[in-house]
Amino acid sequence: MANKTYSFYPGCSSQNKASSSNYLVSTNSMCQKLGITLNEVPDWNCCGASIGYGGGGELPRIVLSARNLALSEQHNAGQDMVATCAACWLASREAKERLDHSPQMKADANEALKEAGLEYKGQAQARHMVEVLIEDIGYDALKAGVKKPLQGVKFAGYVGCQTNRPFGIAGESFENPLYLDNLVEAMGGEAVKSYDQKVTCCGGALAFSEPEKSQKQIKDIIESAYDHGADMIVTPCPLCQANVEIYQGEVNKRYGTKFNIPVTYYSQLITVAYGGTAAEAGLNGHVVAPAKLAEIAGK
Amino acid sequence: MSEMKYHNNFLKEVEERVEEGHMVKMCMQCGVCSGSCPFGPHWAHPPQELFMMIRAGKREEVLSSDSMWMCTSCYQCIVRCPRKLPITHIMHGLAYLAKREGLAPKGQPTAEFGQMFWDNLTKDGRVNELKLSLSLYFKDGFGQGVKNAMAMQSVGMGLMKAGRLNPMEILGGHKIKDKSGFHAMLKKAREIEDARRKLA
Repeated sequence: MANKTYSFYPGCSSQNKASSSNYLVSTNSMCQKLGITLNEVPDWNCCGASIGYGGGGELPRIVLSARNLALSEQHNAGQDMVATCAACWLASREAKERLDHSPQMKADANEALKEAGLEYKGQAQARHMVEVLIEDIGYDALKAGVKKPLQGVKFAGYVGCQTNRPFGIAGESFENPLYLDNLVEAMGGEAVKSYDQKVTCCGGALAFSEPEKSQKQIKDIIESAYDHGADMIVTPCPLCQANVEIYQGEVNKRYGTKFNIPVTYYSQLITVAYGGTAAEAGLNGHVVAPAKLAEIAGK
Repeated sequence: MSEMKYHNNFLKEVEERVEEGHMVKMCMQCGVCSGSCPFGPHWAHPPQELFMMIRAGKREEVLSSDSMWMCTSCYQCIVRCPRKLPITHIMHGLAYLAKREGLAPKGQPTAEFGQMFWDNLTKDGRVNELKLSLSLYFKDGFGQGVKNAMAMQSVGMGLMKAGRLNPMEILGGHKIKDKSGFHAMLKKAREIEDARRKLA
């Protein structure tokens, strides 16, 4: 296969027994099957996510990502730093943009980094795993390796916010990005193209602080998936996944709905389509079990 | 009503003290940001209105508003703004200035959660999800905390069964190795920013 090597920034939620630990399990399986080697950034720290501004302001928040990028440059020289989490990627890329465009910001960040014995040079790119799949491997090559097509399963591709805005995937539109649908189809699944909530915000971190307002968003996202005949939702973002999956019981209580729809990661689809087991795809890590995927994995 | 001066300096203050504040004056009041916001109906003053209030010198009204704290960081306003204002960042910056000036509304849940998140991640360099959830549930005292935790019990149990919430994190959890370097770095960054932004 591909034989590609990247520096890897897994992020807090992917760690063992954390809220998206099955994202990492399936990412590792997917990469192994695709011939992708991931070198973890040693001693990486939290990126501050979208809510870090409230306590951290600007420079301390940007320095968090500068430290990760500096560690990546130093230990995994010459490799792009790839993140799987939407917030990790956004924070890293945003920080890189600010640091590379402002000599003042860069000088300030480096003054702070010096305290940790590090220097940000701006050599590492900050990329998302989806970019690796689409740009470095490509849909055709991905399709060519499929062993068990996800035939007959209908997926609502819920792209969400932060892998889509403000940077997004090159060549895609902010209002109707197609890459998730394309990935689904490359794996032999059916993409629900009429799904009209694919870029609706799930509330993000405000699912914790403003549950009522966020659950209205989550209700819309799930309702549309049902209305358009989806068997399950698939997403590239760990917070989208968690918010849309784990609060279904709360939404049902609040709105009298009977939602019970699985929410999966693209990495799980690829792992299963490439012949991986349910455990390799992290299918045991769900509150709502993706039965149709497990069925294919078990064949 | 605060004392009004004909020549006010609030726009200048925002330009100097708020993240990306120098872009505020670019707003042409089209309202696309306000119409695009997923939490739009919940803002006392949507972004477009805040921008005009800044120009009008309404310092107290802007900084004590809970509006900016409604931002979910979805970036819809940024990608749709025809003048390319980095609205999300300006909202974050205004919220942070309000907080540092002691003007953020008391008990505003996202202001409180944002601080909890920052304290949580900076302690060990990585987020401890269990402690973060508990600090949110117990923010208004023990009695309310137990109630909140009970109300969310089924969500927590579901995650635990799926292997995505670890009760043992209460004893420590994931952390970085170079905590002392990390803390020194953040302390220095804060010093630099506070001096530049004149934050006490």
